[in-house]
Amino acid sequence: MKISPVLNTFTRVVIATTLSLSLAACTKKSNNASQDATQNAAGDTILVGEVGSMTGSEGTFGTSTHNGIDLAFKQINAKGGVKGKKLALISMDDQGKPEEAATAVTKLITQNKVAAILGEVASSRSLAMAPIAQQYKIPMVTPSSTNPKVTEQGDYIFRVCFIDPFQGTVMAKFAAQNLKLKRVAILRDVKNDYSVGLADFFTATFTQLGGTVVEDQAYSSGDTDFKTQLTNIKGKNPEALMVPGYYTEVGLIARQAREAGIKVPLLGGDGWDSPKLTEIGGVAMNGSFFSNHYSQEDKAPNVQTFVEDYKKIHGVAPDGLAAMGYDAAMVLVDAMNRSPDLASGNIRAALAATKDYPGVTGRITINEKRDAVKSAVVLNIDNGQFKYQTTINP
Amino acid sequence: MSQFPLTHPGGAHGFVAAWKWLAALALVWILQFTLVGDLDPYFFTILMYAGINVVLAVSLNLVNGFTGQFSMGHAGFMSIGGYTAAFITLFLAEREPALLQGMSGELVFIGVLLLGGIVAGAAGYLVGLPSLRLKGDYLAIVTLGFGEIIRVVILNVNAIGGARGLPNIPALSSFGWVFSWVVFTTFVVWRLVNSSHGREFLSVREDEIAAEAMGVNTTRAKVRAFVIGAFFAGVAGGLFAHYLRYLNPQTFDFNRSFEIIIMVVLGGMGSISGSIFAAVFLTFIREALRYLKDSGITQLDYRMVIYALMLIVLMLTRPNGIFGTREIGDLLPARLRRGRLPQGRAEGIIR
Repeated sequence: MKISPVLNTFTRVVIATTLSLSLAACTKKSNNASQDATQNAAGDTILVGEVGSMTGSEGTFGTSTHNGIDLAFKQINAKGGVKGKKLALISMDDQGKPEEAATAVTKLITQNKVAAILGEVASSRSLAMAPIAQQYKIPMVTPSSTNPKVTEQGDYIFRVCFIDPFQGTVMAKFAAQNLKLKRVAILRDVKNDYSVGLADFFTATFTQLGGTVVEDQAYSSGDTDFKTQLTNIKGKNPEALMVPGYYTEVGLIARQAREAGIKVPLLGGDGWDSPKLTEIGGVAMNGSFFSNHYSQEDKAPNVQTFVEDYKKIHGVAPDGLAAMGYDAAMVLVDAMNRSPDLASGNIRAALAATKDYPGVTGRITINEKRDAVKSAVVLNIDNGQFKYQTTINP
Repeated sequence: MSQFPLTHPGGAHGFVAAWKWLAALALVWILQFTLVGDLDPYFFTILMYAGINVVLAVSLNLVNGFTGQFSMGHAGFMSIGGYTAAFITLFLAEREPALLQGMSGELVFIGVLLLGGIVAGAAGYLVGLPSLRLKGDYLAIVTLGFGEIIRVVILNVNAIGGARGLPNIPALSSFGWVFSWVVFTTFVVWRLVNSSHGREFLSVREDEIAAEAMGVNTTRAKVRAFVIGAFFAGVAGGLFAHYLRYLNPQTFDFNRSFEIIIMVVLGGMGSISGSIFAAVFLTFIREALRYLKDSGITQLDYRMVIYALMLIVLMLTRPNGIFGTREIGDLLPARLRRGRLPQGRAEGIIR
């Protein structure tokens, strides 16, 4: 038995590490306190945090959204800010990684002491951030995370986009009321939640509005041959064909439908929104319609002002994500204005009470699940171009 | 033989040999119940990721550093362990929520972590057995491919969330658990590389043909190192899942594997202290660099540029990593080393 009287190397390391860690922790805390003090003393700015994927494979999403938010804050500040205070945006990059989004939101809340959080674009990061925002009771508004589970994380989490199945309702209304159709066939992607949700909501609303779904056929993403389903559909002689899938299959379906002699228009959702759609589908896509969040051709005056202002600052036309980022920021500011003070609980209550806010992506009402109920635009495909057709209200 | 001892160089066995590790473990839990509650949450988050990264880096060092097999699939094993553990706790949270409360929750957590580790280890065995007959670049490509296969499979399995990910995982990872595993991983790898089995690993790294001529079953040694490495990666995945409370296959892409490899290489291939240091350092520096933009020193976010630049400079100035093959104890004066033969020197003798 020999136990060295001198402390062993490892023991030393452990002790040294512990000491330095605790020291670091203490310094952090005191830093924090001083930061709070300066902020409270200044007191004339409202800090809002933003988490986005500014770099990484989805860098364009984060940058577009950031540009939209940035424009909104500049406009508000130019008009005098909120409750006499200027808005300041602290944006954090998460490189498109959920765990970094979680760290960034923790930093924004505990170190920067932000009043609210804007972000993230993708549901995968929003889902990592939402439990933390909820834990500290800081309102979080995501511009474009469509997964229903995001807002289910708690009563401080909101979104300003519609959830996927809502587009089924939109297209049903469009088919029944604008196109005045009675008989529609559905070709759905059974492997895809998004497609199934859209098809189910379409059927429910369309039937309610007096239409009939004459045929409901299925395919799986990755399929390339749809002749059997299309032959069955042709036999029922529908007036339109609802294909709520993604652009690759939709393009192929369109071609094969025309070959099979189905001349009626195709209907779909935002899964169609890609230049690839007309590359694959070609002329077969002409005359078809799909729903989307926003169109820069929308003639509504607030949309046109937004497009011009955005072009002035950033040099390019705003895409859908920029518009949603802008709306997320504006809905938050609207709630702050209506809230009696800037306590997070009151901002939350004001956000939950948002009703008919005229955003550039439609009139936004927050429902009891903290999801946005809002209008959608319907686009028409004309010679490979997506043309604004109409706006459908919920 | 005294120059290349087959037993632990300290000469101590049983409890005497393990007392400092047990003391470290006790310290972790004392900290858990005293200091940790007051830590700043942001600092605490980084500390937890640092701990998880230490487990990953030390276990990968066993494969890449000590055994000399270039594996690029560590994130794959991590995801297997993470998803296995999270799937079970989510299942329990739905059926038997009471089981996850209090003490039984802690027990369940150890259980799922071990199970996650074992499943990852089994996957390591399956991949390792055929592919470890390959060398160098070929093995790297096979393991890289394996990591990607795992990720794509997870993307396509609806029961574990697919591309949408797995939310609402119960928050079971605590400071105590993460750092207990840090201590345990370091303990296992340390004792292993200082045992006759570990010497087999080293011999494979130094010269495979010579090792085989000396009667070392090189494939067995490689598979062992691989399975043990995969086991701890799986455990780290479980700790990660129950801390972040959300899993997404995107987290486990090959970038993640590279991050762990960078930690091992930067710290020094074959140095446990190096891996620990590099894992902690790299985890903290990524966040620390945020202050550059925060405090207005730079207008744009140069965080990742500086991070990458730092890696380049470090590798240029210290091509063998910060620690080389040395351990932190080797830096102490000779009389405090208690007869331990520094690994760096042992190699010098062999060469």
